[in-house]
Amino acid sequence: MNRLKKLFKTLAKQERCGLIAYVTCGDPDVESTPRIVEALQRAGADAIELGVPFSDPIADGPVIQAAAQRSLERGTTTEHLFAIARRVRGRSEIPLVAFSYVNPVMRYGAERFAKDAAAAGIDAILFTDLPPEAAGEIREICRRNGVATVFLLAPTSNDKRVAVIDRASDGFVYYVSTTGVTGARRELDPALVARLDEVRTRLRNPLAVGFGISQPEHYEALRDHCDAVVVGSAIVRAIDEGDPAGAAERAADVVRRILAPVAV
Amino acid sequence: MTVTAEREESKSESKKRPALPDRRGYFGEFGGKYVPETLMAALEEFEDVYRKVRRDRSFRAELDDILRDYVGRPTPLTEAKKFAELCGGFRLFLKREDLNHTGAHKINNAMGQALIAKRMGKQRIIAETGAGQHGVATATACALLGLQCVVYMGEVDMARQELNVFRMRLLGAEVVPVTSGSRTLKDAINEAIRDWVTNVRTTHYIIGSVLGPHPYPMVVRDFQSVIGREALAQIRKKVNMLPNVAVACVGGGSNAIGLFHEMVKHEGIRLVGVEAGGRGPKLGEHAARFSGGALGVLHGTRSMILQDPFGQIAETHSISAGLDYASIGPEHAYLQGIGRVEYHDCSDDLALEAFHKLSESEGIIPALESAHALGWLLHNGSSIARDAVVIANLSGRGDKDVPQVAELLSKTHQ
Repeated sequence: MNRLKKLFKTLAKQERCGLIAYVTCGDPDVESTPRIVEALQRAGADAIELGVPFSDPIADGPVIQAAAQRSLERGTTTEHLFAIARRVRGRSEIPLVAFSYVNPVMRYGAERFAKDAAAAGIDAILFTDLPPEAAGEIREICRRNGVATVFLLAPTSNDKRVAVIDRASDGFVYYVSTTGVTGARRELDPALVARLDEVRTRLRNPLAVGFGISQPEHYEALRDHCDAVVVGSAIVRAIDEGDPAGAAERAADVVRRILAPVAV
Repeated sequence: MTVTAEREESKSESKKRPALPDRRGYFGEFGGKYVPETLMAALEEFEDVYRKVRRDRSFRAELDDILRDYVGRPTPLTEAKKFAELCGGFRLFLKREDLNHTGAHKINNAMGQALIAKRMGKQRIIAETGAGQHGVATATACALLGLQCVVYMGEVDMARQELNVFRMRLLGAEVVPVTSGSRTLKDAINEAIRDWVTNVRTTHYIIGSVLGPHPYPMVVRDFQSVIGREALAQIRKKVNMLPNVAVACVGGGSNAIGLFHEMVKHEGIRLVGVEAGGRGPKLGEHAARFSGGALGVLHGTRSMILQDPFGQIAETHSISAGLDYASIGPEHAYLQGIGRVEYHDCSDDLALEAFHKLSESEGIIPALESAHALGWLLHNGSSIARDAVVIANLSGRGDKDVPQVAELLSKTHQ
């Protein structure tokens, strides 16, 4: 059984809502990313999304855009994603999900990407700009090579699309909490919880929720309505706010803070 | 042309070639919908409404009225005898899209899409703009139809197209400077898409070229195809034959598709698209996607894209903001692939030379974009037979470029 399936099985058994932490590969530098991942795991993250930096990240807000730009300016390439994954895999069995725009993968070659990803211990890939209708070939290639594909669901997805996306996904389905780009938000969409409950009954896959989640109150509000939450921009921002040597600990603090029990 | 005549023409066409794009939005291997899931519902709605209004008499009548009485269509087809002599002596006709209200072909599409937005009940319009012409056209359509308008524009482009920025603001639009990346058209599109993802329930995004996810390349092409339809009718009237050659500049490629669409089926017409050759063939110095690009996905569509070996989108350069873009409309990629349209490029210098020569010889100041098509004719005209009939799309007027050219001149004279 792959690491991702195992994770969601464990979470279900423990009746616990998992936390998936996002980091942009190569920010502040390629050497730091595996250290950050390890610190995130120690702080309680159950899985890691490894963001592949892209020059034109249309689904990302300013924080992740800036991280991608910093990373690219330092010369990060697709090959570094695999180097980072191998380094993490050398010491940890934490599930790794590559989070990418489709163009870098296409350019690298889907087959070559899937093979290298599998060899580096990456469990799944999620594309921000690839709906299942356009994913046919890439999805097949990933599956054949043992890399799961995760698709996004949005508040604007109708019932038909919910079914299509669930069928196309394996590992989990990623629900985008609100119409918008990535980035920490103070408040959750008031309609979110009801929508999650409704969608969850119709999915065969576990359900993760991301975009905007950054506060302990968010985790508290969502923990009974999904299988995992994804925290991205809050971590990426913490990594950038200080010297590179302290990046891992600052990232870990964000996870610890979100998972800490909320004082009532 | 009447609605019925147009319908019959497209019927006879569909017998000969498969109607493209296909149902999934592809032109061969190009096109498609590569967008965040959040936008999929809006794209489906847009396509549904578009397919309905395309057959709706009242919609066509409303648009035709506006194009005639407000935009000023049909635009003339002007013979440019003296400029033709400079090119080598064939008969050259200019399709005068520069004489449209707002000064370029962009209004044909902006008006059509703004009318659709109204039918969809979307009161807020967003647009991106490079040269500013699409922004001005969209701001104009919104002013006329009473819609709220927000235009994203790269900071670099705002500086080189200051006049159009002011025009948009006069028309009541909000112009939002984009400061990320290369601060040109590509980044303006990124920002417009981010706005759309956020406000998709209330907002329609009017893309200005034959780019973006399906159905945009089809919708924009259809609204621009009036250019070629008029040009064919006009040239038949003037010389009683089809043109031998048709030339247009290609940024995203909406004016070129507009000219070519009705001509593609006439295999005898040589179709030439001219890309921005910029300062030279090095990546980053030009916007020639066919000679320097590779297959990829940018801004929702699969096409030929200038990019580095790891799929990062390259920066581009052109003297004209409207051609300064890393990708090209997917239908152009298809037409190039099947060999129906040939694509060449024209350097900054040559475009500038054509800009001056057309102004001096014909009394028409072309947009720097359109000057690329003319520059190609200047340089390659000797390969065209003297008795040939050539149509060049004068996609826009050069008023907006006058300050930039004046600055370039003052630099070279120093």
